[in-house]
Amino acid sequence: MKDLPAQPRDLDGNPVTPRAPMAMLAEVTHRCPLACPYCSNPVELTRAGNELSPADWARVFREAAELGVLQVHISGGEPGARRDLAEIVAGAREAGLYVNLITSGIGITRARLEELDRAGVEHVQLSLQGIRPDMADRISGHPGSWDKKMAFADWVTEIGFPLTVNAVVHRQNMERLSEMIDLSERLGARRIEVATVQFHGWADLNRAALMPTREQAAFARQVVNDARLRLRGRMVIDYVPADHHAIYPKACMGGWGSTGLNVTPDGTVLPCHAAQSIKGMAFETVRERSLAEIWSLSDSFNAFRGTAWMPEPCQTCERKTVDFGGCRCQAMALAGDARATDPVCSKSPLHEQVVARAEADAASPTEALIYRRMTKGG
Amino acid sequence: MTPLIAPDQVPYLPRGVRLADDRVRGLRILQAPERAMQLDQIGDAILSELDGARSMGQITRDLASRYNAPEDQIAGDIHDFLTGLIERRMVFVRDAP
Repeated sequence: MKDLPAQPRDLDGNPVTPRAPMAMLAEVTHRCPLACPYCSNPVELTRAGNELSPADWARVFREAAELGVLQVHISGGEPGARRDLAEIVAGAREAGLYVNLITSGIGITRARLEELDRAGVEHVQLSLQGIRPDMADRISGHPGSWDKKMAFADWVTEIGFPLTVNAVVHRQNMERLSEMIDLSERLGARRIEVATVQFHGWADLNRAALMPTREQAAFARQVVNDARLRLRGRMVIDYVPADHHAIYPKACMGGWGSTGLNVTPDGTVLPCHAAQSIKGMAFETVRERSLAEIWSLSDSFNAFRGTAWMPEPCQTCERKTVDFGGCRCQAMALAGDARATDPVCSKSPLHEQVVARAEADAASPTEALIYRRMTKGG
Repeated sequence: MTPLIAPDQVPYLPRGVRLADDRVRGLRILQAPERAMQLDQIGDAILSELDGARSMGQITRDLASRYNAPEDQIAGDIHDFLTGLIERRMVFVRDAP
């Protein structure tokens, strides 16, 4: 185990000042009954034998709370694939965290959901891959998923949890966005998150089948705007637009290493869920160090803190503390350099190329999907 | 825009929304699905009054007399603050019994 530096410095050696994190994503397993072709898990999945124990998680949650984390998002994979999920949840509540459960709804029975209620889950987010069985089951690669999800949503509201629907949209289901919003309202959801597929990892393998067209992106924006007016005071709509069609990039993680952190099933601590796609970046694990040391002193968290590391055109851009140069993983994927201006930004020299490639993918006739799978032996 | 709450209606924190202390930063916060909102003293004072029994009008009168402040000014502050939270589904409203 290599020593951590004594002072926090970015990848150029400039001093940086870590703030306290607010939120933690706890990916308690990579196992999942679904095989969504845009899964945010890495292409190299962690096996069950390497997963942290509930006692490990309880310690990590205590350290997170001491560091300033207020909310934990317990996710996966499918967190319900862990039989000891309630024990993990209880550890998070005992640490004083607000507990969000992010689930596919597959594999958690009503009795287990009641157990999770007693353990302290405060809010449930249910993923939606499409509307009706044809689309939902095809995208998730899981026959019967739609019926199971609808039953699960009823249990969530019967028990009384606040419900958020997570709808992931892309070229093959975007036309039916208003139906997804209507369904969420019927299910009694307080919120729906409409997120356009982010083209990293698995989704990048499926660009030609999933990339929305420019017209679809504009249509989705209009549907969201209309629904927000109609549903004011009844349901909140959060929207992540298609950034390949935007003028400016997304503010990645609200600033690298500034507000959030992600712990993977084996205890690796990441500044964002896709950070392992950045070549040459090394990550620490909670098996060897405290979360506080990792947050404050690890090279990975400090690499892109502050603004001193930014190249042009970010360095002199008035938006540098608004969007932080965009997404580092997207810069890695599209520019081959994690410190480059996110190529979806209209100020990036690669922007035209990125837009042309997105439009070519959007025009592709292919609908065939490469599903997320563990490699042999998983 | 249509008002989302009337003075005789009862505002309350629904399940999954709760007041909490942020001990690390020394702040009062409102914990809600996917969101932790920092509260100032006024916000904390208003939300601490939501007992699920009193209407917005009663809460306004109680706070006006406690802080010796003009009732119509307080009414506007409370209405605007609660409206923002109702829009975010962090405060629910029911009719008085």
